[in-house]
Amino acid sequence: MNALQTVSSLIYLISAVCYVLGVHMMRSPKTARHGNGLSAIGMFLAVITIIVTIIVEGTIDSVGWIVLVLGLALGILYGVVKARKVPMTDVPQLVSLFNAVGGGAAAVIGIFDYLLKGDGAALSLAFSLPVFLDVVIGGITFSGSLIATGKLSGHVPGKPITFPGARLLNIIVVVAILASAWFMMASPTNVWYVILALVMSLIFGLLMTLPIGGADMPVVVSLLNAFTGLAVAFAGFVINNQVLIIAGALVGAAGTILTLQMADAMNRSVANILAGGFGTGDSDANSAADAVPVDVKETSADDIGLQLAYAHNVMIVPGYGLAAAQAQHEVAELAKVLTDKGINVDYAIHPVAGRMPGHMNVLLADVNVPYEQMKQLDEANPMFENTDVSLVIGANDVTNPLARESGNEISGMPILDVDKSKSVVVIKRSMSTGYAGIQNPLFSMDNTQMFFSDAKKGLQDIVAATKQYLE
Amino acid sequence: MSEELFTNLAIFVLSLLVGFEVMSKIPATLQTPMMSGANAIHGVVVVGAFVIAAEANSWPFYILAFLGAFFAAVNVAGGYTVTDRMLGMFDRKPAAKQGEADHK
Repeated sequence: MNALQTVSSLIYLISAVCYVLGVHMMRSPKTARHGNGLSAIGMFLAVITIIVTIIVEGTIDSVGWIVLVLGLALGILYGVVKARKVPMTDVPQLVSLFNAVGGGAAAVIGIFDYLLKGDGAALSLAFSLPVFLDVVIGGITFSGSLIATGKLSGHVPGKPITFPGARLLNIIVVVAILASAWFMMASPTNVWYVILALVMSLIFGLLMTLPIGGADMPVVVSLLNAFTGLAVAFAGFVINNQVLIIAGALVGAAGTILTLQMADAMNRSVANILAGGFGTGDSDANSAADAVPVDVKETSADDIGLQLAYAHNVMIVPGYGLAAAQAQHEVAELAKVLTDKGINVDYAIHPVAGRMPGHMNVLLADVNVPYEQMKQLDEANPMFENTDVSLVIGANDVTNPLARESGNEISGMPILDVDKSKSVVVIKRSMSTGYAGIQNPLFSMDNTQMFFSDAKKGLQDIVAATKQYLE
Repeated sequence: MSEELFTNLAIFVLSLLVGFEVMSKIPATLQTPMMSGANAIHGVVVVGAFVIAAEANSWPFYILAFLGAFFAAVNVAGGYTVTDRMLGMFDRKPAAKQGEADHK
């Protein structure tokens, strides 16, 4: 090791420590933002180190500088503008997009090194195995994450997409990937081998993600995020750079745990999700179950306004429908109208409300809902007994009392005890079932009234009605 | 097995174990920001983009280096920015309160 290598290795080690401590600090709400900042400092150190290294080593030519600086500048511009402009409801698909390009970058590094080092000669297993893993995992996350982005943003239909022969095609693609691995490791470099590996892994990413329903996407995004971590770690093997190996493996492992926790919070197993065909995500409005059964009581915005105006304690239960309709401003406005008149308003937030675990907190924080009003499941449940009106907005399965019984899809899932409150008002577009595909007895209970409307439009009407009674 | 490969493999395995350990039970509130934060960390692949750009010597390689740099830069710059925005919303409350108090 010369002096430069020694110093750069030590700085890489410091930046690796920053990532680990950063992730550790992100586990608590108090230190989370500093944790992310610390990890960004680690990243900055790593980038400065590599800039100094390539300047001192001097192997980079002028065209190399131009493509590097141009690529970085465009990438930073695009990434930062996107990240600053995105509405908070669209964050999940943006994270998935950033994940896709991370996987893409890892795959590019693998392809580059395979073609450069190979030069027609046979390569050692120790070199071509990491290249293969890097390209294949990077390729899968690239196309898979792009499909996930499309599904979350509505460019790709959220419902599971299946077609006859999908299973057979899957098998063919896996065999082709294994064949490309064999070619890459056992024979001299050939550009077509790596192209075969790349194309087949891109197809595999599509086949893996298309059959999965939109509502399961958050778990898939998290899983692909862990995959990208591994791809980056293998890219580190390829170019023999330890900071890539450490950070990549860290994200790979931490991302796997996070994926399991997310699936757990949604009462689903990862294997079950990957099998696909479950959950329709956005199809609430146009499903076949639109007809209103006779045993539910319908109500009007005017009546809801009256109830709210004479309540003491109001609990708002926001769900996926609120996030999908982007009605967070309206709900915050309603809460403000009520609290200004001395009515207690709280939000009962189920861990998986919104489009991703924890996403509802982000959405409500964005519209300045006070932190004290956001009650998590354990805090909220004892409060329902003293609640005069529970306003359920676009939530379904997380309020379904069937979860307390055995023998159905949601048995054992933690729910919000909305049915314990004195009166329940449900704002929903139709009687269609939620994500789990089962009926919700809450809707036909004696103290429940239904208001069929889009969350945004419905809340606007309720705000107007409530104001009229409070004046 | 070369010494270099063994060292890298050891680092890889130990880093995996650190990753499993550091991510014990986290509150659901933080799962989305945590995923985004982890996503930003694998943006470290940008270091690899520098390495390949330094080795590029003909057009196919320049194009790959450009793609790598662009992809990695989007990942790292966008990843940290959006994570910070999300987490910033959680600690805005005291400041927002302050503002309200001033108005009154």
